Amino acid sequence: MSESQFLDLRDITIAYGAQKAVENVSLSVAQGQLLALLGPSGCGKTTLMRAIAGLLPLTQGSMTLAGRDLTRVPANRREIGLVFQSYALFPHLSVFDNVAFGLKLRHLDKTEIEERSKVAIAMVGLTGFEHRLPRELSGGQQQRVALARSIVVRPRLLLLDEPLSNLDARLRLDMRSQLHRLHHDLGITMIYVTHDQAEALALADRIVVMRSGKIIQTGTPEDLYERPQTGFVARFMGFENVLRVTSSGLVSDEGSLPFATQSLQNIHALAWRPHHVQLGQGPFKGRILGASYQGDSIEYLLDTPAGHLKVQSPAASPRYQPAQEIAFDLPLTHAISLRED
Amino acid sequence: MMRLSGFSILALAMLFLLGPFFIIAAAGLSAGDLLVFPPQGLSLRWFVAILDIERFRVSFLLSMELAIISTGLSLLMGVPAAYALARYDVPFREAMRTIITSPVIVPAIIAGLALLRYAVIPLGLPVISALILGHTALVAPYAVRVVSVSLTHLRVDVEEAAILLGATRSGAFFRIVLPNIKNGMMAAFILGFITSFNQVPVSLFLTGPGISTLPIDMLGAMEFVYDPSIAALSTLLALMTILIVLLAERLLGLSRYV
Repeated sequence: MSESQFLDLRDITIAYGAQKAVENVSLSVAQGQLLALLGPSGCGKTTLMRAIAGLLPLTQGSMTLAGRDLTRVPANRREIGLVFQSYALFPHLSVFDNVAFGLKLRHLDKTEIEERSKVAIAMVGLTGFEHRLPRELSGGQQQRVALARSIVVRPRLLLLDEPLSNLDARLRLDMRSQLHRLHHDLGITMIYVTHDQAEALALADRIVVMRSGKIIQTGTPEDLYERPQTGFVARFMGFENVLRVTSSGLVSDEGSLPFATQSLQNIHALAWRPHHVQLGQGPFKGRILGASYQGDSIEYLLDTPAGHLKVQSPAASPRYQPAQEIAFDLPLTHAISLRED
Repeated sequence: MMRLSGFSILALAMLFLLGPFFIIAAAGLSAGDLLVFPPQGLSLRWFVAILDIERFRVSFLLSMELAIISTGLSLLMGVPAAYALARYDVPFREAMRTIITSPVIVPAIIAGLALLRYAVIPLGLPVISALILGHTALVAPYAVRVVSVSLTHLRVDVEEAAILLGATRSGAFFRIVLPNIKNGMMAAFILGFITSFNQVPVSLFLTGPGISTLPIDMLGAMEFVYDPSIAALSTLLALMTILIVLLAERLLGLSRYV
């Protein structure tokens, strides 16, 4: 078995009745890697994660972990940890007993249980909180107990279900870097489920983008950020202006812009990031709909014959007022080309 | 004006509900030999006398045993039933729930008669088993309902977390679910105990010669005893119930489950 196939999912389909939540998904994760499953809610990422944990049966397909076929292994013997979005701490047990729960089930001796639990609690920075009950902790602290409880049993694979989504923005950044450090220190293989592309980009070694139960694109954060292949991924990665290429020009659902497209054969669509749209000069005419100040930049919403475009200009550049008519350009050098979704 | 009339309606309702109790209590405190209201003088003599009556002591103990056993049995069945209804995709879930709770809806006197006619007589059940059967059926709906309420407060993923840490399904139930519904079970036990202990209509059909629960015994005694002893006993029992409910409210927050 090669190292690149530590976790191997083959052709997995998960259906609820006739509804397929996950369809023909194959993917593999290398040992020690952190893989992000990225997609909007309802794309099947949580379903897939629950199936990997063994909480949901596969309708079709197979999976192996470290060479062992998991398909018929019950959830409590998979040696897979899961950090729930809701934390799912045991409400009647103290922090220590929550963390020690898995070790006690393994009938380790008392000193080892105590030792390992203490190390795990220290690792998430909760030393001194051992005797608190979950309801006496803040959301961020509960999150860290959930994390300690999962890693203390040394799972072969750790799944994290939107672990930061219930935290406020500052705590989220803090936890993100703690997670990063933990992953680095422990070398545990992780799958991280999220709908937040910034989290995925910051944490993951590899990102899998899902939509409607299928994998749309897989790659390193750089791959996805620089070279999204479809309009769906492009929008996710900040290419907010996506226009289809036709013989008559660039087209959206709202209208079209005349554009010389002879050189763009076999390209389905083009996309630009907001800061690559040039305002003030160019062959097209638009009208400013709104402006919002972002500190170092200003974001404009531009009404054009091809619908609304998002534009970002440095704050130092000339300001435009709402309702102002303005020329703009979509420079081909900054466009990325996309295939059909 | 609205406030005033609202208050008077409330006061009337309280009077209607509690009035009889105060009349009974006052009659029981009488110093005379007859059950009358207003009482003839005040004394605790009937409260003392009641403790010496052998048949009431016997039926009191039987009522206690019956209440404890039937409530225990109803929890043994009610907890798994509530769990199954809460966690599994049980076919005909609503129909099941209705059937389980039906003893609350069906008038107890009909339930008692039906048990006697179609279960106790054809099967030749001994009186004590018949009583246990009847009371268990009567109390089970409370067990299911109260435990269901505490189960809704426990998220499913808490059990899943235990399973992923290595627990079996039953392990997760005993280590995680049970400790978290403990208070609900206590509340169900208290409700069931009181319901069973004060039960008349079902017991009326199922008691037999020489075996009687306390309320049935008191009902019987009222036909030929005209002194205030029954009133004194009723007062004691009512006070016991009130005390249990107050304690349960204090310790468990009983009203959260009902």
